[in-house]
Amino acid sequence: MSRLKLSGVSKRYGDFFAVDTIDLELQSGEFVSLLGPSGCGKTTTLRMIAGFVDPTAGIIEMDGQVLSSPAGSVPPDRRQMSMIFQSYAIWPNMTVQQNVAFGLELRRMPNAEVKRRVGEMLEVVHMNHLADRYPAELSGGQQQRVALARAIVIRPSVLLLDEPLSNLDATLREEMRFEIRRLHDEFRVTTVYVTHDQAEAMVTSDRIAVMNHGRIDQVDHPRALYNKPKTRFVAGFIGRTNFIEGTSDGHEISFDGFALPRSAFGRDVPSQGKAVFSVRPHSMRLSDVPPTARDGCTSVAVIVLERAFLGEHWDYVVKPREGALTLKVTTSPLDDFPIGAPAWLEFEPRQMASIA
Amino acid sequence: MTDKSLDDRALHFSGVASRLRRLDASILLWLALIAVLAFLVLNPILRLIISSLQETDTGHFTFANYRVAYGNIRHLQALVNSLELGIGVALLATLFAVPIAWAISRTDMPGKAFVRLMVFAAFVTPPYLGAIGWILLAGPNSGWLNKVWMALTGAEHGIFNIYSMTGLILVVAVTSFPYTFVFTSSALDLVSSEMEDAANILGARTLRTTLRITLPLVTPAIIGGIIISFLEAIALFGAPALIALPARFNVVSTQLWQFFEYPVRVEEAAAYAMPLLAITVLMFWLQRSLLGRKGYTSVTGKGGERRMIALGPWRWVMLGYALFVCALSVFLPMVVLLQAAFAKAWGRGFSLDNLTFHNFYYLLVEQTQAKQTILNTFVYSAVTAFAAISLTLAIAYVVSRKLVPWSNVLAFLCVAPFVVPGIVLAIGFYAAYASPPLALYGTATILILGFTTRFLPIAYTSSAAGLRSINPEMEEAVRILGGGRLLAIRKVLIPLLKKSLAGAWILVFIPATRELSAAIFLVGPNTRVISVMLFDLSEEGNFEVLSALGVILLIATVAIAAIGSKMIGRDFMLRRD
Repeated sequence: MSRLKLSGVSKRYGDFFAVDTIDLELQSGEFVSLLGPSGCGKTTTLRMIAGFVDPTAGIIEMDGQVLSSPAGSVPPDRRQMSMIFQSYAIWPNMTVQQNVAFGLELRRMPNAEVKRRVGEMLEVVHMNHLADRYPAELSGGQQQRVALARAIVIRPSVLLLDEPLSNLDATLREEMRFEIRRLHDEFRVTTVYVTHDQAEAMVTSDRIAVMNHGRIDQVDHPRALYNKPKTRFVAGFIGRTNFIEGTSDGHEISFDGFALPRSAFGRDVPSQGKAVFSVRPHSMRLSDVPPTARDGCTSVAVIVLERAFLGEHWDYVVKPREGALTLKVTTSPLDDFPIGAPAWLEFEPRQMASIA
Repeated sequence: MTDKSLDDRALHFSGVASRLRRLDASILLWLALIAVLAFLVLNPILRLIISSLQETDTGHFTFANYRVAYGNIRHLQALVNSLELGIGVALLATLFAVPIAWAISRTDMPGKAFVRLMVFAAFVTPPYLGAIGWILLAGPNSGWLNKVWMALTGAEHGIFNIYSMTGLILVVAVTSFPYTFVFTSSALDLVSSEMEDAANILGARTLRTTLRITLPLVTPAIIGGIIISFLEAIALFGAPALIALPARFNVVSTQLWQFFEYPVRVEEAAAYAMPLLAITVLMFWLQRSLLGRKGYTSVTGKGGERRMIALGPWRWVMLGYALFVCALSVFLPMVVLLQAAFAKAWGRGFSLDNLTFHNFYYLLVEQTQAKQTILNTFVYSAVTAFAAISLTLAIAYVVSRKLVPWSNVLAFLCVAPFVVPGIVLAIGFYAAYASPPLALYGTATILILGFTTRFLPIAYTSSAAGLRSINPEMEEAVRILGGGRLLAIRKVLIPLLKKSLAGAWILVFIPATRELSAAIFLVGPNTRVISVMLFDLSEEGNFEVLSALGVILLIATVAIAAIGSKMIGRDFMLRRD
């Protein structure tokens, strides 16, 4: 049985569906991200799981028991969850120690036990030397750690995080991503993590649910999401990509200016009619001499239109000799092709994702 | 990992039943709050309107009250006088306030902090104390300014007479110009220097830029200030009663008071109060729609960078003007007030043998009634502030967390008394609660209720602002960790709000200690407050004791304001929400 289950959950404000009939299941100990642009309904979904917002349709269950339904909901304080807020919501009138102890004291734990657990928890987040500080005396990253400690110390049934890193600077953000994942590996708390940052989601999550316009487009492991996006939105939101449209006649799929054998693609590609593919810029190889034919690969003669050197790699825009299609290609910093030069572009159909 | 029993308990709270229970509770809460507000705000105003249409004894419907109220040329003249007073004050206050606001906000005038402090002092001085100061300064012949004039020129008579419309306009303007100042300077603070630079680069010099660019940008704010000082002037009771009555003319507020001389004619007073109420409502609406226009006053959101205009030698001229206004509004009246407070007879001047502490001794020790009055004032004001803050905090919380349906109605009722002049509100309270069944006339209760209603808008604005400054996530963090709403309020919200609640308390307490116009109709023999006693003393012509009492009131005010600004930050009373 899954720990947390959302079935057909919707939240409607007037005519507007903030969340539109979503289904999601989390196994115990799983870390799932809700990823999407602002306004996609991810925070509303999280707040429904927390119990701050009631769904207008569908139900939310935990361990098989109904938490939320349009008929009524368990209030947030009875859900045994905890949450990390965008603003951290560290209570400025309490010390670090008091903040972390708060949830334990609510659970009527003996003082000695509270003290021990708070001490251990602060140790884990490397904050024990600051236990008596007030939040105003802490840096952003330290406040973040207090928020994590406060949320995890009660061993919640589900941990909810609402864009917890969006107020930190870039370096700290990167550090805290790994910190969050480390804490998850240590405590194995079932976690729902809301973010609009794909890198954050990919570092931390077991699975990612990509949301768009109130719906979940795809739920998958980070690698599957990247390599096999199912929709145009998912392909475009996670990483850079080229969309190319081809027509299949059963034998060959012809694109604007070149064609690839149908047999090189998987079964999910329609054998007849139109098909759209997402091709990552670095899944193609650019070379100045015709490459020796490799198994399952096809080369196309192209011309370099534009290029930019970005230090870690080159970004090229190329176009097949015939046809008007342009493609973004990323190569290693050593692959230097002048503008206007002829080159060969090698496609690997296994790395081309057919999208709906 | 989870506590199973808690989960089970949680289940009992799901389902339709709990939903209904919650809805029920919120409706009860709403009903309770709306009942309190109806009692404090709606009923007095409705009763005012109703009783203006009733016969005194029978309660039958009639227009006779309006005929009596407006069928008399003296009553109509008082209306005209009020308009003249309002317009005069509004214009003079603008003349005082705008140059000072501009100099402080946009130029390198020296002594800004001091001028600001003096404007603040003018703001906290009750207008009737200013009026008394000016009676001592410019009373015909005996006033200090007249004496100086006669000594300098050898003239037989003084040239100033405070007992005139001009005198009244001056007195009210010097105490109400801080309103226009606050409006104008906060708008000026938002105008980016780039606006001026853009005019400079096209060839305009400082004066032209100021007149063509800067001031037009803040015109709505200036008009807002004009409207406020106009309304302040026509609603004022104390200063007009001290100056207009001896000068033998009436304004609306003093005329209303005469309706309350024996035999009390509440119904006629109610009818006569209607234009005051109507004008106030109308003007506030006008002011809102003026200041509400987007993209005009609040020019650039971030305010841009502001550089101070270098005035050169002119900065001393500006400082001179600012000090002149401060002298009229603070230095001169305060000096003569202090002199009188410590004098055996104020007319005998500044000499050591005229110095005495007897006036204070008399008030604080000898005269038991005076002691009682001072005590009353501070107790009533403290209770009022406490009641107003508690009520508005509850309402602001319910409104901001959307705990009940139609919460906007609650918010509206809280700020509605803002458009009711104090004197009109007092008549409404008198009409509603003075007679049986409640028979509250002459009790402390009716004073405290009246004051609470009068200051409800200030209290609500501060409470709501305080709540807005606290992220709801602070409370949600308590909820998700297993704490209920009440726990969240007790453990997190109230501790975080302490400071702003203290500030709000002071913001209500200080005006409550000097409130005269609402008090004058509601006090009884045992519930007199300082403002009313001051007024009575001035009728007796006992200016020495009166000044001493005024000094006591001012010292208390300054002390509390000082504590307030220490706790909450400088200028907290001049902030505009």
